[in-house]
Amino acid sequence: MRHPTYPLTDQPAPASIIAWQPSGPVTRHRFLTDVAHLASLLPPGGHVLNICQSRYHFLVGFAAAIVSSRISLLPSTLTPDTIRRLKADTPDLFCLHDGNLDDIDLPGFAYPDAPPAPEHDLPVPEIPSERIVAHVFTSGSTGTALTHRKTWGGLVINALAEAERLGARGHALVGTVPPQHMYGFESTVLISLHGGAAAWAGRPFYPADIADALAAVPAPRALITTPFHLRTLLDAEQALPSVDFLLSATAPLSEELAARAESICAAPLLEIYGSTETGQIASRRSTATRTWELLGEVRLRATDSGHVAEGGHVEGIVPINDVIEEVDARHFLLHGRNADLVNIAGKRTSLAFLNQQLLAVPGVQDGVFFMPEAEPDDHATRLCACVVAPGHTRQSLLQALRGRVDAAFLPRPLVFVERLPRNEASKLPRASLLALLPPAGKAAE
Amino acid sequence: MSTTPTGNTPDTTPSLAEIAALIVSALNLEMAPSEIDPDASLFGEGLGLDSIDILEIALVISKQYGVQLRADDENNTRIFSSLRSLADYIASQKAA
Repeated sequence: MRHPTYPLTDQPAPASIIAWQPSGPVTRHRFLTDVAHLASLLPPGGHVLNICQSRYHFLVGFAAAIVSSRISLLPSTLTPDTIRRLKADTPDLFCLHDGNLDDIDLPGFAYPDAPPAPEHDLPVPEIPSERIVAHVFTSGSTGTALTHRKTWGGLVINALAEAERLGARGHALVGTVPPQHMYGFESTVLISLHGGAAAWAGRPFYPADIADALAAVPAPRALITTPFHLRTLLDAEQALPSVDFLLSATAPLSEELAARAESICAAPLLEIYGSTETGQIASRRSTATRTWELLGEVRLRATDSGHVAEGGHVEGIVPINDVIEEVDARHFLLHGRNADLVNIAGKRTSLAFLNQQLLAVPGVQDGVFFMPEAEPDDHATRLCACVVAPGHTRQSLLQALRGRVDAAFLPRPLVFVERLPRNEASKLPRASLLALLPPAGKAAE
Repeated sequence: MSTTPTGNTPDTTPSLAEIAALIVSALNLEMAPSEIDPDASLFGEGLGLDSIDILEIALVISKQYGVQLRADDENNTRIFSSLRSLADYIASQKAA
């Protein structure tokens, strides 16, 4: 059951550690000081696009928005097209950053220097449970962008359920995923506010960076990552400090990689399953079972059009985009994605959306995106596209697409054809599309 | 379109052609290594690589040359600004 309000954080004492910076631990007292300071400085707009690179700055930005009744927007991409759409929906939007705005066409606000902390303890603000604190976005199967409104109470229950399942309380968390992405948002940011963990401010990228970040925080510690980052980390044979658990999400992890990770790190590896719409709803110990166990009070229910999730932190009744086989009331198996949905590097979209964007490029007469044969496990799969666009070069078409879709979805290969292999029903059989691809591993010329 | 290194440390500088070949094979690109312009950006409007690609390249470079990349090594973006700057970086790390 939800309480009418939840505190901004459940870290119990002023000296409790809520995050780690290169300069050392960040206490709850320091955090509340920074939140109040930033909240007093933010410009008037009610919607914030928080692109802070530092996970700690992101955390303070998110919290400052909450205490000042603002809503944080967490789009999955920052293409010019996305920014235009966000501006149209929420004209008072501004961008909180801790570096530069790059080419984001919004009023900017730079993360301020830290103020001195007061001597006296600061109270922890209480936030109404039903207040909407974040907007997250998906592209539905029709290709239109959908906004999902997240309440404070829902996010708190989500974080607490995850923290309990992982045993994350008291752990320092090193995340290779951005705080703006739903998985990183839940598993590094929210869990530091509610769940007793403390996130490392950085976002290590290369294997050597990950080892350095883990070494910069005390044990017990955990690595919050993806199959792709985990594979490159292990393949690099990088020596790592001790880790108490590993967490992976965004794509299915192979059993081979799960076993290798557990053996090298001598720690359990847990996978989290969820979606932007539902938040995280289940976990599993991948070396022990393929069965997912639901988190908290989340339930699944079969309907005529597939399964839905409800209860716990799930807002309303939310369709699941994967094929589910229920084992019992708390456990289920996953049997693949809805064929239209695409997930690359944790970024999700639909083929319908991508096709719509491709066809909207001036000079494109016909065109289609499709998934090639799946890459070997734990590698990032790239999309292919076939187009009829006589006036375009590869370069000019990719350039036009870059303004519309995230770089992760740019087609590779992009095949130019005189016409698409449509059958009598005007459908595009998958086999005909695959036949247009150049042989794997060979240069085009 | 020359693929001869301009650096003056031929003993340690891996050739541009060699690195180009590594990139093309690691990423399964639809092009010949010689088609990579040594001075064009590897990101965005140049070769169009993204962070997933960069991590794959970093892995083959560490295997091939024993050079560990770090994001705070000055500037990730600068190292990967072109094939030539990547080659120079590898050479500088190998020489160090």
